[in-house]
Amino acid sequence: MANTTTSASADRPEGAERLSEDRREAMRGEPPFVEAPSEDTRLVRALKEAGVTAGLVAVLTLFFFLFRTDIAVGGLDLSLDPKSWIIAIAIAFAGRFLLTYFVFGGERPTVGGWKKVAAKTARWPIGKVIGVVLLLVALTLPFLLMTLLPSQDRYLLDLSILILTYVMLGWGLNIVVGLAGLLDLGYVAFYAVGAYSFALLATNFDLGFWICLPMAGLFAALWGVMLGFPVLRLRGDYLAIVTLAFGEIIRVVLLNWYDFTGGPNGILGIPKPTLFGLEFSRGEGSFSDFFGLEYSSIQRFVFLYYIILALALLTNFVTMRMRKLPVGRAWEALREDEIACRSLGINTVNVKLTAFATGAMFGGFAGSFFATRQGFISPESFTFIESAIILAIVVLGGLGSQLGVVIASVVMIGGIELLRNLTGLQAIFGAGFDPTQYRMLIFGLAMVLIMVWKPRGLVSTRTPSAIYKEKKTIGADLVAQGEGH
Amino acid sequence: MNQQNRNWTTDPVLSVEHLTMRFGGLLAVDDLSFDVGRGDITALIGPNGAGKTTVFNCVTGFYKPTEGRIALRREGSVSDAALAELTRGGQQYRRADDGSVFLLERMADFKITEIAGVARTFQNIRLFGGMTALENLLVAQHNELMRASGYTIGGLLGLPGYRRAAEAAKEKAVEWLRRVDLLDRADDPAADLPYGAQRRLEIARALCTNPVLLCLDEPAAGLNPRESAELNTLLKYIRDEHGVSVLLIEHDMGVVMEISDHVIVLDYGKKISDGTASEVRNDAKVIAAYLGVDDEEVDEVERDLDVKTAHTPAPGGAL
Repeated sequence: MANTTTSASADRPEGAERLSEDRREAMRGEPPFVEAPSEDTRLVRALKEAGVTAGLVAVLTLFFFLFRTDIAVGGLDLSLDPKSWIIAIAIAFAGRFLLTYFVFGGERPTVGGWKKVAAKTARWPIGKVIGVVLLLVALTLPFLLMTLLPSQDRYLLDLSILILTYVMLGWGLNIVVGLAGLLDLGYVAFYAVGAYSFALLATNFDLGFWICLPMAGLFAALWGVMLGFPVLRLRGDYLAIVTLAFGEIIRVVLLNWYDFTGGPNGILGIPKPTLFGLEFSRGEGSFSDFFGLEYSSIQRFVFLYYIILALALLTNFVTMRMRKLPVGRAWEALREDEIACRSLGINTVNVKLTAFATGAMFGGFAGSFFATRQGFISPESFTFIESAIILAIVVLGGLGSQLGVVIASVVMIGGIELLRNLTGLQAIFGAGFDPTQYRMLIFGLAMVLIMVWKPRGLVSTRTPSAIYKEKKTIGADLVAQGEGH
Repeated sequence: MNQQNRNWTTDPVLSVEHLTMRFGGLLAVDDLSFDVGRGDITALIGPNGAGKTTVFNCVTGFYKPTEGRIALRREGSVSDAALAELTRGGQQYRRADDGSVFLLERMADFKITEIAGVARTFQNIRLFGGMTALENLLVAQHNELMRASGYTIGGLLGLPGYRRAAEAAKEKAVEWLRRVDLLDRADDPAADLPYGAQRRLEIARALCTNPVLLCLDEPAAGLNPRESAELNTLLKYIRDEHGVSVLLIEHDMGVVMEISDHVIVLDYGKKISDGTASEVRNDAKVIAAYLGVDDEEVDEVERDLDVKTAHTPAPGGAL
């Protein structure tokens, strides 16, 4: 075998020959096989690594944590603060130990350690690690903000609520566009249906948020089915156009049906959500009164934050679970090939309707949350640009990717908000420069850039919903995008 | 002749009667009648444009035929009188203890697979490319799993009934993957598989729907000789061990002649020959249709065989 290769490459330039020879040399020997460290050396190694790290931290933080200077009479006074120093060392030790022991498997991570780890262990793929970290941050965010940035906590918490609303909407739309592959340009219609369902039920029948929430979801799902029926036969661009029209029809009806919806005046006085009947206000029977806390307006924001976080996580949980159920697999199969689906006895009408209804339901939940947060809604909040932003989040994040939607929401919604604070640009462009005026321009530029750099979105790989032996992610080039893309 | 001993006349699983399919002015299938025997491998052959795939699309419900009846006897033997009554009654199918029969020309395509038990593959492979081989076979078990998951509600709640069904579905998929020699590629996306493997996976996927009749549209197209031989073994296994009747369109005469119990030859939408492989091979009309003959010779052959309708005018005339 070696002989034939040599003769075949006889007329090749020397460099190439050398290369192929080296390659053969490498193939001849044993594969670069490293025995996995045994349990006991793994523990010892991890402890050693952790000890080294702890020592480094001890030295580095010596002057930051251990010694403290306070203003005292006649100058500065040096005092010792061993508690925070030891805590810092302990955190470093524990963190390093856990990382080395569980993630690196007792091996000393060298350059490219994370890449090696990602290749070696399917247990902790990078996406999962990011997901867990983001979840932990999301769960503790209100307290992080209150302790770290107390001056801006209200604004930042409000922004987080807004981002989470878009995360939820993105996840909801991801079912229709990402999984089932049906391009929906009128998703905001379901958001509007949810918001108006809640507002009308609450103001006319005096119902609370928690009763109206499921009803709003159901109404939106019903409208999802109603939209689904006429568009079942449509494909591609036509589907997109009809859904776009549907979104506009809902808005125009809300605007003109004055007796019912209040027209352009909208609906005022939508009740705030309560925690088991406890209101977030001053006085008797309120949350702060019941728990004996001091009243603070931030409490209501924290509560709203956790409601939308719970709703968003519910959306994610249900979607991820449905992906592994026959209905979710049928959605993805529909995106891949509708005719093949029918040849396998799958009723594609039902599959499409469930996708529209499920996506719409989560849109409805998000809508009623929006109504209760704002306390006031009008058709102006449900224009086409909202649909476009939600769709942009899904497309930028990567169709079908839950993590991508989160990243895209944070970047887009947070990024647009960030523009408000870029007053430093006025120094360059003059005092009349208002960065928020340029947000659509920057928004568009960002989209173009991302589409050039990553045409299938930030997270474009697909994870299989069932595994026989080994979990392999599927490259974006193999995954179909469905109708209208 | 010993017509009575032939499986397709005594126990047909599929009876196509007076099937006509017109696309505007084009007559793709013209008053075609044939039977497919239960447990037979039946080959539908003919030159390009003979209307074979159109027949397939009519049988599997992708086209609604202009005229004709397509009856599938899923189990038991249903008498012709009972079939006539069903046809007059305007029903789509009859399920009874003494036999079930389905009038495919009245049913929606997915219903044909779901309740009548006809599965198919496609001439240009239609796999779910971005899904793994295993997932492809799980999608094929959609209806069973849907029922087991309580139409998603039970599955969302994680009820044990669904978990058992999901495990069973996975086992079945793994079994078929092993059978088509793709087990080591179970977790690879279908689009990544080589061409021959994709063909085999598509057949396995069709079989995961538990069909009584498997329709294969050119399963050997693009396969090398070794793969063709493997395909023959697989098709025989399907017929013998699973009792699935196979109807296939094929251009590879090696495959057709070796495995077919029954061969039907179409030309210009009409049946020109029908019989066992050896009978068809020696049929002068088949040879004429495949190899072509001079016009005088055609007349001569037709005169010899006393056929008047074997040949419609040239396709140009039909258009």
